[in-house]
Amino acid sequence: MSWFRKKSNRIESVPANERRVKTEGIFVKCTKCDAALYKRELEESLQVCIHCDFHFRWDARSRVCWLFDDCRYEELDAEVTSLDPLEFVDTKPYPERLERAKKTSGLPEAIINARGKVGGHDVFAGVMDFNFLGGSMGSAVGEKVTRLIERAIDERAAVITFAASGGARMQEGTLSLMQMAKVSAALAQLDSAKLPFISVLTDPTTGGVTASFAMLGDVIIAEPRALVGFAGPRVIEQTIRQKLPENFQTSEFLLEHGMIDIVVDRREMRPHIIKLLNFMVNNNESDE
Amino acid sequence: MLTPYERLQIARAPKRFYTLDVIERLFEDFTELRGDRRYGDDAAIIAGTATFHKTPVVVIGQQKGRDTKERRMRNFGMPKPEGYRKALRIMKLAEKFRRPILTFIDTPGAYPGIDAEERGQAEAIAYNLREMAKLETPVVVTVIGEGGSGGALGIGVGDRVLMLENAVYSVISPEGCAAILWKDAAQAERAANCLRLTAEDLQRLGIIDRTVAEPVGGAHTDTEESLRLLDSALKENLEFAVSIKSSERVKRRFKKLRELGRWSE
Ligand SMILES: [Zn+2]
Repeated sequence: MSWFRKKSNRIESVPANERRVKTEGIFVKCTKCDAALYKRELEESLQVCIHCDFHFRWDARSRVCWLFDDCRYEELDAEVTSLDPLEFVDTKPYPERLERAKKTSGLPEAIINARGKVGGHDVFAGVMDFNFLGGSMGSAVGEKVTRLIERAIDERAAVITFAASGGARMQEGTLSLMQMAKVSAALAQLDSAKLPFISVLTDPTTGGVTASFAMLGDVIIAEPRALVGFAGPRVIEQTIRQKLPENFQTSEFLLEHGMIDIVVDRREMRPHIIKLLNFMVNNNESDE
Repeated sequence: MLTPYERLQIARAPKRFYTLDVIERLFEDFTELRGDRRYGDDAAIIAGTATFHKTPVVVIGQQKGRDTKERRMRNFGMPKPEGYRKALRIMKLAEKFRRPILTFIDTPGAYPGIDAEERGQAEAIAYNLREMAKLETPVVVTVIGEGGSGGALGIGVGDRVLMLENAVYSVISPEGCAAILWKDAAQAERAANCLRLTAEDLQRLGIIDRTVAEPVGGAHTDTEESLRLLDSALKENLEFAVSIKSSERVKRRFKKLRELGRWSE
Protein backbone atom coordinates (compact mmCIF):
# COMPACT_ATOMS: atom_id res chain seq x y z
CA MET A 1 0.00 0.00 0.00
CA SER A 2 2.65 2.44 1.05
CA TRP A 3 4.83 1.35 -1.78
CA PHE A 4 1.99 1.87 -4.19
CA ARG A 5 1.19 5.32 -2.89
CA LYS A 6 4.78 6.40 -3.02
CA LYS A 7 5.01 5.17 -6.51
CA SER A 8 1.87 6.90 -7.59
CA ASN A 9 3.10 10.09 -5.99
CA ARG A 10 6.29 9.79 -7.84
CA ILE A 11 4.52 9.18 -11.08
CA GLU A 12 2.29 12.15 -10.49
CA SER A 13 5.05 14.31 -9.14
CA VAL A 14 6.40 15.36 -12.47
CA PRO A 15 3.28 17.03 -13.81
CA ALA A 16 2.48 18.38 -10.31
CA ASN A 17 5.85 20.06 -10.17
CA GLU A 18 5.35 21.52 -13.56
CA ARG A 19 1.97 22.78 -12.55
CA ARG A 20 3.39 24.39 -9.44
CA VAL A 21 6.08 26.15 -11.43
CA LYS A 22 3.39 27.57 -13.64
CA THR A 23 0.98 28.46 -10.87
CA GLU A 24 3.69 30.15 -8.83
CA GLY A 25 3.74 32.76 -11.52
CA ILE A 26 -0.03 33.13 -11.46
CA PHE A 27 -0.98 32.67 -7.81
CA VAL A 28 0.04 34.36 -4.59
CA LYS A 29 -0.89 33.02 -1.17
CA CYS A 30 -2.56 35.52 1.13
CA THR A 31 -0.37 36.17 4.15
CA LYS A 32 -3.39 36.35 6.42
CA CYS A 33 -6.08 33.95 5.16
CA ASP A 34 -3.91 31.60 3.07
CA ALA A 35 -6.25 31.91 0.10
CA ALA A 36 -4.64 31.43 -3.29
CA LEU A 37 -5.02 34.70 -5.14
CA TYR A 38 -4.63 35.26 -8.85
CA LYS A 39 -1.78 37.70 -9.31
CA ARG A 40 -3.71 39.56 -11.96
CA GLU A 41 -6.74 39.75 -9.71
CA LEU A 42 -4.57 40.98 -6.86
CA GLU A 43 -3.21 43.73 -9.06
CA GLU A 44 -6.73 44.76 -9.96
CA SER A 45 -7.69 44.87 -6.28
CA LEU A 46 -4.61 47.08 -5.59
CA GLN A 47 -2.78 44.29 -3.75
CA VAL A 48 -5.60 43.75 -1.28
CA CYS A 49 -6.88 40.21 -0.63
CA ILE A 50 -10.42 39.95 -1.97
CA HIS A 51 -11.28 37.37 0.68
CA CYS A 52 -10.03 38.92 3.93
CA ASP A 53 -9.05 42.51 2.94
CA PHE A 54 -5.44 41.94 3.91
CA HIS A 55 -3.31 44.78 2.52
CA PHE A 56 -0.10 43.59 0.94
CA ARG A 57 2.78 46.04 0.84
CA TRP A 58 2.57 47.92 -2.42
CA ASP A 59 5.44 49.00 -4.62
CA ALA A 60 5.89 52.73 -5.05
CA ARG A 61 5.62 52.78 -8.85
CA SER A 62 2.22 51.08 -8.88
CA ARG A 63 1.01 53.38 -6.14
CA VAL A 64 2.11 56.53 -7.94
CA CYS A 65 0.30 55.36 -11.08
CA TRP A 66 -2.85 54.60 -9.06
CA LEU A 67 -2.79 57.95 -7.27
CA PHE A 68 -2.72 60.34 -10.20
CA ASP A 69 -5.67 60.90 -12.52
CA ASP A 70 -5.38 58.48 -15.46
CA CYS A 71 -1.91 57.48 -14.24
CA ARG A 72 -0.55 60.72 -15.68
CA TYR A 73 2.33 62.16 -13.72
CA GLU A 74 5.82 63.49 -14.03
CA GLU A 75 8.52 61.97 -11.85
CA LEU A 76 10.71 64.54 -10.09
CA ASP A 77 14.07 64.61 -8.37
CA ALA A 78 15.06 61.11 -9.50
CA GLU A 79 18.62 62.41 -9.74
CA VAL A 80 18.76 62.96 -5.98
CA THR A 81 20.44 59.84 -4.66
CA SER A 82 22.44 58.71 -1.64
CA LEU A 83 26.12 59.16 -1.03
CA ASP A 84 28.20 57.41 1.60
CA PRO A 85 29.26 60.35 3.76
CA LEU A 86 30.28 58.20 6.74
CA GLU A 87 32.05 55.52 4.67
CA PHE A 88 29.88 53.11 6.56
CA VAL A 89 30.74 49.43 6.53
CA ASP A 90 28.89 46.85 8.57
CA THR A 91 28.75 43.33 7.18
CA LYS A 92 28.74 45.00 3.76
CA PRO A 93 29.79 48.47 2.62
CA TYR A 94 26.86 50.88 2.39
CA PRO A 95 27.42 51.64 -1.35
CA GLU A 96 27.02 47.92 -2.03
CA ARG A 97 23.76 47.89 -0.12
CA LEU A 98 22.58 50.87 -2.12
CA GLU A 99 23.44 49.22 -5.44
CA ARG A 100 21.58 46.10 -4.42
CA ALA A 101 18.56 48.07 -3.29
CA LYS A 102 18.48 49.91 -6.61
CA LYS A 103 18.59 46.64 -8.50
CA THR A 104 16.01 44.75 -6.47
CA SER A 105 13.55 47.63 -6.19
CA GLY A 106 14.12 49.23 -9.58
CA LEU A 107 14.05 52.57 -7.78
CA PRO A 108 16.73 55.26 -7.40
CA GLU A 109 15.86 55.84 -3.73
CA ALA A 110 13.37 54.83 -1.03
CA ILE A 111 10.92 57.48 -2.20
CA ILE A 112 9.52 58.54 -5.56
CA ASN A 113 8.62 62.19 -6.05
CA ALA A 114 5.97 62.97 -8.64
CA ARG A 115 3.64 65.73 -9.72
CA GLY A 116 0.30 65.49 -11.40
CA LYS A 117 -3.42 65.90 -10.83
CA VAL A 118 -5.49 64.11 -8.24
CA GLY A 119 -9.19 64.70 -8.71
CA GLY A 120 -8.18 67.66 -10.85
CA HIS A 121 -6.08 69.24 -8.08
CA ASP A 122 -2.35 69.94 -8.42
CA VAL A 123 -0.54 67.50 -6.21
CA PHE A 124 3.09 66.83 -5.34
CA ALA A 125 3.33 63.29 -4.05
CA GLY A 126 6.13 61.44 -2.29
CA VAL A 127 5.64 57.70 -2.27
CA MET A 128 7.95 55.52 -0.22
CA ASP A 129 8.89 51.94 -0.96
CA PHE A 130 9.79 49.55 1.85
CA ASN A 131 11.75 47.41 -0.62
CA PHE A 132 14.48 50.03 -0.80
CA LEU A 133 16.52 49.51 2.38
CA GLY A 134 13.40 49.21 4.47
CA GLY A 135 12.14 52.58 3.28
CA SER A 136 14.75 54.20 5.48
CA MET A 137 15.22 57.98 5.44
CA GLY A 138 18.74 59.16 4.75
CA SER A 139 19.93 62.46 3.30
CA ALA A 140 18.54 61.77 -0.17
CA VAL A 141 15.07 60.89 1.09
CA GLY A 142 15.09 63.95 3.37
CA GLU A 143 16.19 66.15 0.49
CA LYS A 144 13.51 64.74 -1.81
CA VAL A 145 10.73 65.27 0.74
CA THR A 146 12.01 68.82 1.29
CA ARG A 147 12.06 69.57 -2.46
CA LEU A 148 8.57 68.19 -2.80
CA ILE A 149 7.32 70.57 -0.12
CA GLU A 150 9.20 73.54 -1.55
CA ARG A 151 7.77 72.94 -5.02
CA ALA A 152 4.28 72.79 -3.55
CA ILE A 153 4.90 76.11 -1.80
CA ASP A 154 6.20 77.70 -5.03
CA GLU A 155 3.24 76.50 -7.04
CA ARG A 156 0.61 76.68 -4.30
CA ALA A 157 -0.22 73.01 -4.59
CA ALA A 158 -0.95 70.17 -2.19
CA VAL A 159 1.49 67.61 -0.77
CA ILE A 160 0.59 63.98 -0.24
CA THR A 161 3.06 61.50 1.21
CA PHE A 162 2.74 57.74 1.51
CA ALA A 163 5.02 56.55 4.29
CA ALA A 164 6.51 53.05 4.36
CA SER A 165 9.60 53.08 6.49
CA GLY A 166 11.56 51.38 9.21
CA GLY A 167 12.87 54.82 10.24
CA ALA A 168 16.05 56.79 9.81
CA ARG A 169 18.84 55.21 7.76
CA MET A 170 21.53 54.01 10.15
CA GLN A 171 24.27 54.02 7.53
CA GLU A 172 24.13 57.81 7.36
CA GLY A 173 24.19 58.24 11.12
CA THR A 174 23.30 61.59 12.59
CA LEU A 175 22.84 63.07 9.09
CA SER A 176 19.77 60.82 8.81
CA LEU A 177 18.54 62.02 12.18
CA MET A 178 18.82 65.61 10.99
CA GLN A 179 16.52 64.88 8.06
CA MET A 180 13.70 64.71 10.58
CA ALA A 181 14.34 68.33 11.54
CA LYS A 182 14.85 69.34 7.92
CA VAL A 183 11.58 67.97 6.57
CA SER A 184 9.65 69.19 9.62
CA ALA A 185 11.00 72.72 9.07
CA ALA A 186 9.89 72.54 5.43
CA LEU A 187 6.44 71.49 6.63
CA ALA A 188 6.36 74.46 9.00
CA GLN A 189 6.65 76.66 5.92
CA LEU A 190 3.99 74.70 4.03
CA ASP A 191 1.73 75.10 7.02
CA SER A 192 2.37 78.86 7.20
CA ALA A 193 1.53 79.06 3.49
CA LYS A 194 -1.80 77.40 4.37
CA LEU A 195 -1.30 74.62 1.84
CA PRO A 196 -2.65 71.10 2.24
CA PHE A 197 -0.61 68.19 3.49
CA ILE A 198 -2.20 64.75 3.54
CA SER A 199 -0.08 62.06 5.16
CA VAL A 200 -0.91 58.44 4.42
CA LEU A 201 0.60 55.77 6.64
CA THR A 202 1.13 52.31 5.21
CA ASP A 203 2.68 49.17 6.66
CA PRO A 204 5.11 49.78 8.28
CA THR A 205 5.65 53.38 9.39
CA THR A 206 8.03 53.60 12.31
CA GLY A 207 10.93 55.55 13.80
CA GLY A 208 12.20 58.78 12.31
CA VAL A 209 9.66 58.93 9.51
CA THR A 210 6.76 58.63 11.96
CA ALA A 211 8.42 61.16 14.28
CA SER A 212 8.69 63.74 11.49
CA PHE A 213 6.60 64.25 8.37
CA ALA A 214 4.31 61.22 8.69
CA MET A 215 2.66 62.54 11.88
CA LEU A 216 2.46 66.15 10.71
CA GLY A 217 -0.32 65.83 8.16
CA ASP A 218 -3.26 68.22 8.24
CA VAL A 219 -5.08 64.96 7.87
CA ILE A 220 -3.48 61.62 8.62
CA ILE A 221 -4.90 58.55 6.91
CA ALA A 222 -3.75 55.00 7.55
CA GLU A 223 -4.27 51.78 5.66
CA PRO A 224 -5.96 49.04 7.71
CA ARG A 225 -3.77 46.95 10.03
CA ALA A 226 -0.58 48.85 9.22
CA LEU A 227 2.16 48.83 11.85
CA VAL A 228 2.59 52.44 12.97
CA GLY A 229 4.71 53.61 15.86
CA PHE A 230 7.79 55.37 17.10
CA ALA A 231 9.77 52.54 18.68
CA GLY A 232 9.64 49.12 17.06
CA PRO A 233 7.61 46.46 18.90
CA ARG A 234 10.71 44.33 19.54
CA VAL A 235 12.55 47.20 21.20
CA ILE A 236 9.54 47.93 23.39
CA GLU A 237 9.16 44.30 24.38
CA GLN A 238 12.83 44.12 25.34
CA THR A 239 12.63 47.34 27.35
CA ILE A 240 9.49 46.69 29.36
CA ARG A 241 9.82 42.87 29.42
CA GLN A 242 6.14 42.22 29.02
CA LYS A 243 3.96 41.06 26.20
CA LEU A 244 2.47 43.78 24.06
CA PRO A 245 -1.30 44.14 23.95
CA GLU A 246 -3.30 42.82 21.03
CA ASN A 247 -3.56 45.33 18.17
CA PHE A 248 -0.76 47.44 19.70
CA GLN A 249 0.71 49.90 17.17
CA THR A 250 -1.78 49.07 14.46
CA SER A 251 -3.66 51.72 12.50
CA GLU A 252 -6.75 50.84 14.49
CA PHE A 253 -4.85 51.27 17.78
CA LEU A 254 -3.72 54.74 16.72
CA LEU A 255 -7.22 55.65 15.63
CA GLU A 256 -8.59 54.56 18.99
CA HIS A 257 -5.98 56.69 20.78
CA GLY A 258 -6.74 59.77 18.73
CA MET A 259 -3.46 59.85 16.84
CA ILE A 260 -4.80 59.62 13.29
CA ASP A 261 -7.93 60.77 11.49
CA ILE A 262 -9.15 57.82 9.47
CA VAL A 263 -8.36 54.25 8.56
CA VAL A 264 -9.28 53.65 4.94
CA ASP A 265 -9.20 50.56 2.76
CA ARG A 266 -6.80 51.10 -0.13
CA ARG A 267 -9.57 50.47 -2.64
CA GLU A 268 -11.58 53.35 -1.14
CA MET A 269 -8.61 55.64 -0.55
CA ARG A 270 -8.60 57.75 -3.73
CA PRO A 271 -12.15 59.09 -3.36
CA HIS A 272 -11.32 59.94 0.27
CA ILE A 273 -8.22 61.85 -0.74
CA ILE A 274 -10.10 63.72 -3.45
CA LYS A 275 -12.89 64.71 -1.03
CA LEU A 276 -10.28 66.07 1.36
CA LEU A 277 -8.52 67.97 -1.42
CA ASN A 278 -11.84 69.42 -2.50
CA PHE A 279 -12.21 70.75 1.01
CA MET A 280 -8.62 71.94 1.42
CA VAL A 281 -7.92 73.49 -1.93
CA ASN A 282 -9.45 76.90 -2.12
CA ASN A 283 -9.79 77.88 -5.74
CA ASN A 284 -10.95 81.46 -5.25
CA GLU A 285 -8.46 82.86 -2.79
CA SER A 286 -10.25 86.18 -2.72
CA ASP A 287 -8.26 87.53 0.22
CA GLU A 288 -4.91 87.14 -1.47
CA MET B 1 43.08 60.63 21.01
CA LEU B 2 40.08 58.87 22.45
CA THR B 3 38.14 56.41 20.31
CA PRO B 4 34.41 57.03 19.74
CA TYR B 5 33.65 54.12 22.02
CA GLU B 6 35.79 55.60 24.80
CA ARG B 7 33.98 58.91 24.39
CA LEU B 8 30.69 57.05 24.61
CA GLN B 9 31.76 55.67 28.00
CA ILE B 10 32.71 59.16 29.16
CA ALA B 11 29.41 60.57 27.89
CA ARG B 12 27.62 57.98 30.02
CA ALA B 13 29.92 58.24 33.05
CA PRO B 14 27.73 58.17 36.18
CA LYS B 15 29.69 61.05 37.72
CA ARG B 16 29.35 63.32 34.69
CA PHE B 17 27.38 66.52 35.30
CA TYR B 18 23.70 66.47 34.36
CA THR B 19 21.24 69.15 33.33
CA LEU B 20 20.32 69.91 36.94
CA ASP B 21 23.99 70.51 37.77
CA VAL B 22 24.22 72.97 34.91
CA ILE B 23 21.12 74.75 36.12
CA GLU B 24 22.30 74.89 39.72
CA ARG B 25 25.80 76.08 38.90
CA LEU B 26 25.40 78.31 35.86
CA PHE B 27 21.91 79.76 36.29
CA GLU B 28 20.22 81.82 38.94
CA ASP B 29 16.62 82.25 40.10
CA PHE B 30 15.52 78.95 38.63
CA THR B 31 11.79 78.30 38.85
CA GLU B 32 10.79 74.88 37.65
CA LEU B 33 7.58 74.82 35.62
CA ARG B 34 5.88 71.51 35.29
CA GLY B 35 3.29 69.63 33.30
CA ASP B 36 2.13 69.64 29.72
CA ARG B 37 -1.41 70.84 30.52
CA ARG B 38 -2.64 67.83 28.56
CA TYR B 39 -1.86 64.69 30.44
CA GLY B 40 0.86 64.94 33.03
CA ASP B 41 4.33 65.93 34.04
CA ASP B 42 7.44 64.11 32.93
CA ALA B 43 10.38 64.16 35.32
CA ALA B 44 12.74 63.07 32.53
CA ILE B 45 12.58 66.62 31.18
CA ILE B 46 13.16 69.62 33.39
CA ALA B 47 11.92 73.03 32.29
CA GLY B 48 11.66 76.44 33.82
CA THR B 49 12.61 80.08 33.93
CA ALA B 50 15.95 81.33 35.20
CA THR B 51 18.55 84.00 34.65
CA PHE B 52 21.81 83.38 32.86
CA HIS B 53 24.37 86.13 33.46
CA LYS B 54 21.44 88.35 34.47
CA THR B 55 19.47 87.63 31.26
CA PRO B 56 16.05 86.08 31.89
CA VAL B 57 15.88 82.84 29.94
CA VAL B 58 14.02 79.58 29.66
CA VAL B 59 16.07 76.50 30.40
CA ILE B 60 15.05 72.99 29.39
CA GLY B 61 16.88 69.71 29.54
CA GLN B 62 16.69 65.98 29.92
CA GLN B 63 17.70 64.72 33.32
CA LYS B 64 19.11 61.29 34.09
CA GLY B 65 19.05 60.18 37.68
CA ARG B 66 22.07 60.18 39.96
CA ASP B 67 21.10 57.23 42.18
CA THR B 68 18.76 54.27 41.72
CA LYS B 69 15.79 56.07 43.21
CA GLU B 70 16.23 59.21 41.13
CA ARG B 71 17.01 57.21 38.01
CA ARG B 72 13.69 55.46 38.35
CA MET B 73 11.87 58.71 39.09
CA ARG B 74 13.39 60.31 35.99
CA ASN B 75 12.89 57.18 33.89
CA PHE B 76 16.65 57.18 33.19
CA GLY B 77 16.26 60.41 31.28
CA MET B 78 13.96 58.85 28.69
CA PRO B 79 11.10 61.28 28.05
CA LYS B 80 7.51 60.43 27.25
CA PRO B 81 5.20 62.51 25.05
CA GLU B 82 4.18 64.71 27.99
CA GLY B 83 7.85 65.64 28.44
CA TYR B 84 8.15 66.89 24.85
CA ARG B 85 4.82 68.67 25.12
CA LYS B 86 5.82 70.34 28.36
CA ALA B 87 9.09 71.42 26.78
CA LEU B 88 7.29 73.00 23.85
CA ARG B 89 4.78 74.68 26.13
CA ILE B 90 7.60 76.37 28.03
CA MET B 91 9.39 77.27 24.80
CA LYS B 92 6.25 79.04 23.61
CA LEU B 93 6.24 80.89 26.89
CA ALA B 94 9.75 82.09 26.12
CA GLU B 95 8.65 83.14 22.66
CA LYS B 96 5.68 85.05 24.03
CA PHE B 97 7.83 87.00 26.47
CA ARG B 98 10.75 87.30 24.04
CA ARG B 99 13.21 85.43 26.18
CA PRO B 100 15.95 83.17 24.82
CA ILE B 101 15.84 79.42 25.25
CA LEU B 102 18.72 77.17 26.29
CA THR B 103 18.22 73.44 25.97
CA PHE B 104 20.47 70.66 27.27
CA ILE B 105 20.41 67.24 25.68
CA ASP B 106 21.26 64.16 27.72
CA THR B 107 19.11 61.13 26.99
CA PRO B 108 19.52 57.55 25.86
CA GLY B 109 16.41 58.20 23.75
CA ALA B 110 12.69 58.77 23.92
CA TYR B 111 11.03 56.14 26.11
CA PRO B 112 10.05 53.02 24.15
CA GLY B 113 7.01 51.92 26.12
CA ILE B 114 3.35 51.11 25.70
CA ASP B 115 2.07 54.26 27.39
CA ALA B 116 4.43 56.49 25.41
CA GLU B 117 3.21 54.97 22.15
CA GLU B 118 -0.43 55.27 23.21
CA ARG B 119 -0.02 58.96 23.87
CA GLY B 120 1.78 59.62 20.60
CA GLN B 121 5.53 59.66 21.13
CA ALA B 122 6.15 60.11 17.42
CA GLU B 123 3.65 62.94 17.12
CA ALA B 124 5.05 64.72 20.15
CA ILE B 125 8.58 64.71 18.70
CA ALA B 126 7.47 65.57 15.16
CA TYR B 127 5.39 68.48 16.39
CA ASN B 128 8.31 69.83 18.43
CA LEU B 129 10.59 69.67 15.40
CA ARG B 130 8.12 71.67 13.32
CA GLU B 131 7.34 74.21 16.01
CA MET B 132 10.93 74.71 17.19
CA ALA B 133 11.97 75.46 13.61
CA LYS B 134 9.77 78.55 13.65
CA LEU B 135 10.21 79.80 17.22
CA GLU B 136 10.70 83.54 17.08
CA THR B 137 13.20 83.68 19.87
CA PRO B 138 16.89 82.73 20.20
CA VAL B 139 17.50 79.03 20.83
CA VAL B 140 20.86 77.58 21.89
CA VAL B 141 21.07 73.80 22.07
CA THR B 142 23.86 71.93 23.87
CA VAL B 143 24.43 68.19 23.79
CA ILE B 144 26.02 67.67 27.21
CA GLY B 145 26.08 63.87 27.41
CA GLU B 146 24.12 61.38 25.38
CA GLY B 147 22.24 62.60 22.31
CA GLY B 148 19.97 59.62 21.76
CA SER B 149 18.24 59.89 18.41
CA GLY B 150 14.79 61.45 17.96
CA GLY B 151 14.44 61.65 21.72
CA ALA B 152 17.34 64.08 21.78
CA LEU B 153 16.37 66.01 18.66
CA GLY B 154 12.88 66.58 20.11
CA ILE B 155 14.37 69.48 22.10
CA GLY B 156 17.32 70.01 19.75
CA VAL B 157 16.36 72.43 16.98
CA GLY B 158 17.95 75.86 17.38
CA ASP B 159 20.06 78.73 16.09
CA ARG B 160 23.27 77.36 17.58
CA VAL B 161 24.01 73.73 18.41
CA LEU B 162 26.91 73.08 20.76
CA MET B 163 28.28 69.78 21.85
CA LEU B 164 30.68 68.78 24.58
CA GLU B 165 33.92 67.25 23.44
CA ASN B 166 33.06 63.79 24.76
CA ALA B 167 29.33 63.90 24.23
CA VAL B 168 27.77 61.67 21.59
CA TYR B 169 24.87 62.37 19.25
CA SER B 170 23.56 59.51 17.18
CA VAL B 171 20.67 58.25 15.10
CA ILE B 172 20.63 55.05 17.15
CA SER B 173 22.54 53.77 20.16
CA PRO B 174 25.64 51.77 19.18
CA GLU B 175 24.09 48.79 21.01
CA GLY B 176 20.87 49.08 19.01
CA CYS B 177 22.77 49.53 15.78
CA ALA B 178 24.94 46.49 16.49
CA ALA B 179 21.90 44.38 17.33
CA ILE B 180 20.34 45.22 13.97
CA LEU B 181 23.33 45.23 11.65
CA TRP B 182 25.49 42.53 13.22
CA LYS B 183 22.71 40.76 15.13
CA ASP B 184 24.98 41.10 18.14
CA ALA B 185 24.79 43.89 20.70
CA ALA B 186 28.35 43.05 21.74
CA GLN B 187 29.53 44.68 18.52
CA ALA B 188 28.64 48.07 20.01
CA GLU B 189 32.24 49.21 19.85
CA ARG B 190 32.38 48.61 16.11
CA ALA B 191 29.03 50.33 15.67
CA ALA B 192 30.23 53.33 17.69
CA ASN B 193 33.18 53.69 15.33
CA CYS B 194 30.94 53.48 12.25
CA LEU B 195 28.23 55.90 13.35
CA ARG B 196 30.35 59.11 13.48
CA LEU B 197 28.72 60.20 16.68
CA THR B 198 31.50 62.36 18.17
CA ALA B 199 31.55 66.14 18.29
CA GLU B 200 34.56 66.19 16.00
CA ASP B 201 32.74 64.17 13.32
CA LEU B 202 29.50 66.10 13.67
CA GLN B 203 31.19 69.47 13.40
CA ARG B 204 32.86 68.27 10.20
CA LEU B 205 29.47 67.12 8.88
CA GLY B 206 27.92 70.52 9.61
CA ILE B 207 25.52 69.19 12.23
CA ILE B 208 26.90 71.11 15.20
CA ASP B 209 28.34 74.61 15.29
CA ARG B 210 30.76 74.44 18.16
CA THR B 211 32.59 71.87 20.28
CA VAL B 212 32.93 72.67 23.96
CA ALA B 213 36.22 71.41 25.40
CA GLU B 214 36.34 69.12 28.41
CA PRO B 215 39.20 68.59 30.86
CA VAL B 216 41.59 65.79 29.93
CA GLY B 217 39.99 62.47 30.90
CA GLY B 218 36.46 63.83 30.58
CA ALA B 219 34.09 66.23 32.33
CA HIS B 220 33.57 63.89 35.28
CA THR B 221 37.23 64.23 36.28
CA ASP B 222 36.79 67.96 36.94
CA THR B 223 33.20 69.14 37.04
CA GLU B 224 34.18 72.62 38.19
CA GLU B 225 36.44 73.24 35.22
CA SER B 226 33.99 71.61 32.74
CA LEU B 227 31.19 73.87 33.85
CA ARG B 228 33.43 76.91 33.61
CA LEU B 229 34.24 75.99 30.00
CA LEU B 230 30.57 75.36 29.27
CA ASP B 231 29.59 78.66 30.84
CA SER B 232 31.81 80.72 28.59
CA ALA B 233 30.73 78.77 25.48
CA LEU B 234 27.07 79.29 26.38
CA LYS B 235 27.58 82.98 27.04
CA GLU B 236 29.33 83.55 23.75
CA ASN B 237 26.84 81.54 21.69
CA LEU B 238 23.81 83.00 23.40
CA GLU B 239 25.14 86.46 22.60
CA PHE B 240 25.53 85.39 19.01
CA ALA B 241 22.01 83.93 18.85
CA VAL B 242 20.55 87.05 20.43
CA SER B 243 22.40 89.24 17.94
CA ILE B 244 20.60 87.67 14.96
CA LYS B 245 18.01 90.17 13.75
CA SER B 246 14.57 88.89 14.68
CA SER B 247 13.34 89.37 11.12
CA GLU B 248 16.17 87.10 9.96
CA ARG B 249 16.08 84.53 12.72
CA VAL B 250 13.52 82.04 11.44
CA LYS B 251 14.66 82.39 7.83
CA ARG B 252 18.20 81.71 8.92
CA ARG B 253 17.15 78.68 10.94
CA PHE B 254 15.17 77.26 8.02
CA LYS B 255 18.16 77.76 5.75
CA LYS B 256 20.49 76.05 8.20
CA LEU B 257 18.18 73.05 8.52
CA ARG B 258 17.66 73.03 4.75
CA GLU B 259 21.35 72.42 4.14
CA LEU B 260 21.67 69.39 6.42
CA GLY B 261 22.64 66.18 4.67
CA ARG B 262 24.93 64.91 1.94
CA TRP B 263 23.41 63.71 -1.29
CA SER B 264 24.24 63.40 -4.95
CA GLU B 265 22.29 65.18 -7.68
ZN1 LIG C 1 -6.68 37.01 2.58
